[in-house]
Amino acid sequence: MTSSNGSIGSQVTVSIDGQEVSVPEGQTILAACTAAGVETPTICWAPNLTPVNVCRVCVVEVEGSRTLVPACSRPAADGMQISTDSERVRHSRRMVLEFLGSANDLSQAAEIAEWSQHYGADAGRYAAALSDESETAVEIAHVDDPVRVQDDLYIRAYDRCVLCYKCVEACGDDAQHTFAIAVAGRGFDARIRTEYDVELPESACVYCGNCVAVCPTGALQFRTEFDLRAVGEWRPDDQEVTRTVCSYCGVGCNLELHTQDERIVKVTSPADHSVTSGHLCIKGRFGWQYVHAPAFEPPATESAAADSTET
Amino acid sequence: MFGLGGGTCSYQEITETDVILLWGSNAREAHPIFFHHLLRGLKRGAEMYAVDPRRTSSAEFADVWLGLDVGTDIALANTVGREIIARRWHNESFIERATIGFEDYAASVEPFTLDEGARLTGVPAEAIAEMAHAYATAPTAQILWTLGITEHHTAVENVLSLCNLALLTGHVGRRGSGLVPLRGQNNVQGGGDMGALPDRLPGFQRLVDPEARERYERVWDCELNPVPGKHLTAMFESMEEGELRALYVIGENPADSEANVAHARKLLEGLDLLVVQDISLTRTARMADVVLPAAAGWSSSEGTVTSSERRVQRVRAAVPPQGDARDDVRIIGDLARHMGAPWPTATAEELWEELRTLSPLHGGMSWDRLESSGGLQWPCPHDDHPGTEFLHSWLWADDLDGHTPAPFTVNEHRPPAEALSEQFPLRLTTGRVLDSYNTGAQSSGYSSPIRTGDTIEVSPADAAALGITDGDAVRVSSPRGSVNMEASVTGRLPAGLVFTTFHFPDLVDANLLTNDAWDARSGTAEFKAAAVRIDPLRSGSAAAAGGAGG
Repeated sequence: MTSSNGSIGSQVTVSIDGQEVSVPEGQTILAACTAAGVETPTICWAPNLTPVNVCRVCVVEVEGSRTLVPACSRPAADGMQISTDSERVRHSRRMVLEFLGSANDLSQAAEIAEWSQHYGADAGRYAAALSDESETAVEIAHVDDPVRVQDDLYIRAYDRCVLCYKCVEACGDDAQHTFAIAVAGRGFDARIRTEYDVELPESACVYCGNCVAVCPTGALQFRTEFDLRAVGEWRPDDQEVTRTVCSYCGVGCNLELHTQDERIVKVTSPADHSVTSGHLCIKGRFGWQYVHAPAFEPPATESAAADSTET
Repeated sequence: MFGLGGGTCSYQEITETDVILLWGSNAREAHPIFFHHLLRGLKRGAEMYAVDPRRTSSAEFADVWLGLDVGTDIALANTVGREIIARRWHNESFIERATIGFEDYAASVEPFTLDEGARLTGVPAEAIAEMAHAYATAPTAQILWTLGITEHHTAVENVLSLCNLALLTGHVGRRGSGLVPLRGQNNVQGGGDMGALPDRLPGFQRLVDPEARERYERVWDCELNPVPGKHLTAMFESMEEGELRALYVIGENPADSEANVAHARKLLEGLDLLVVQDISLTRTARMADVVLPAAAGWSSSEGTVTSSERRVQRVRAAVPPQGDARDDVRIIGDLARHMGAPWPTATAEELWEELRTLSPLHGGMSWDRLESSGGLQWPCPHDDHPGTEFLHSWLWADDLDGHTPAPFTVNEHRPPAEALSEQFPLRLTTGRVLDSYNTGAQSSGYSSPIRTGDTIEVSPADAAALGITDGDAVRVSSPRGSVNMEASVTGRLPAGLVFTTFHFPDLVDANLLTNDAWDARSGTAEFKAAAVRIDPLRSGSAAAAGGAGG
């Protein structure tokens, strides 16, 4: 295997929980864990984005390192002795998951819920502990932000946002280069916002949906999913995924059509596809709806061109 | 080009190249995910020169924008070529070994000095010189183009004038360097490869070649008509002459998409028989005697499409066809059998496996390989072949691997067919925007928050001269027709140039304006250059203008 600059990279060997594994030089501890068959929780990491190191849920213990290190971004070095399941690692991961769960609605973050269960994270225990010590009941601080439904393509529910930055990365120089969103505000009031917090259609957003595709919590959600959830009809277990090619321009983006009851409910692209790296444009992501339109009806607007004349 | 109808490079190479000439392409909006690859190239340090009459959203990412006058591409390319030769930046050993016709070419571009080029194109001489220097001296460089090059009455010569630059510098046939026409439709490459051209057999083989024909005749057990058919534009000429009386249209909407569309509609109306097979009731379908409802090929049928980088990929059925719609293959097969041809019913896989026995380009692409890989790039001649990343490496082989040398061509600068006049003083050009597509048969099906409809974009200077502001209703007229539209004032355009899309023909019949003068060799009409005038409509009549599609 040659690396992208054409040179043959050398291998490094690390020990993960006592198991030796070799990966190409430059790859991360996370990649080594995956190669060793060790699953690692991640929230702010995605295979098609640059690591931003903010969620700290992937931390591992590396012998000789004072602090825990983020597996998603630290390159594996020859001879590293890595523990992924020590009490210190499990404790740290549990705390991260509890803190996030205490402030955010993670009810639609399926993967995070699985890891929370795995590490026995109990987001409610801070409220309970505080209540015991004070005379009055303590309300736990919770991000409270009404769902923003501003168009027909996707919604933003920032009470579910854990500020993983993936949407910012996908909108910015990791993929789309539109830079429509960034983190604004500080501390507990930090939120992902458009410029001056304008409504999405008025912002620089070009609706590629690449932010939605990388969101781990459902804070950004396709409108189709949002609407189906609202009526209790979002059934991931009943959905099929079919890989095909976009019907618009000639770039050849591969699409994964998620279908439920013989209708498309979501469109994604494989992160490992050489053409898209998982990213799409507005047409590929959202332009499929015509296949479910009542077929063969003339458009209602036909008479609108009547004002045009030929000479 | 050079015998094969496809772009020479892979997308990966644009991320590794040194200089990019984006010429007549707004890939940021028309090929957004290819542009992601290009952006990776820019991030890595590539220089980009954007050649476009408009300062497009793609041009915003360029180091230099060359805002040439519409229809002066050959003059610009010839000027670049002359500058390269005059400075002796051309690759003499490559030219000597791999090309013919250099002397004639050099003589033909001799009059195109920087000053003359600047006069003809409106691009400052320094910018032309800078682009010539960057392109000629770069280790690797690519020229990319789309319809800004081909929708002119000089379409083929425009392309050839760009090919000359690659031959002059050796920027073709090597990894990272090449000539890349970005394909505008998901299978326009595959359609041509499969013989949906008047003079080609499947596998891009020439119909007039008796040996090729014979191979197909043997497998198909029939005799093939050796006379090439007509391309789209020639068909309309033939309708005009009363020779062509029946038309079977598959997946095309000429009643909206043709230039000078009023004329095209008249010809379609005059046919004895019009059959339309499409995924929706387009305007053409509404004019038809018979409509054959077709399933959407990408989501309701099995098959393949071929991308801009010659990558053959599988499409798969995910949802059932709407209503009575059927798979295109089945419709065509049923029709043939109704007409008495003994065609067997065949699956997409069976058809593909037959194709690859006949087409050397696709010989190694078994259905199984296509199924399990992320697609394969032709040429892929045998089962163990990995597919081809870039074309024409033979140009760099000592004996050219037995190929004949690549020819330089002499291309004369000819301005747009329709000159500006006192009556029609503005140049109209057309193009796509990000969220919409062609005549809207697909893209009108979803509600885009960034959609503005077909407005007429006007430069601030012209808007001031006309006394109009953003959102005003105006009447746009060409020698062929008039439409009412909403004006959109934008600094992306120089004075004298106006722009519109053609995505909402049911709201704004933009192709009433465009010119159907066409290139004799490719049959492409000059959508990119019409002469128009703009008249303000009385204020308050914007609603009546019907310009703002939603």
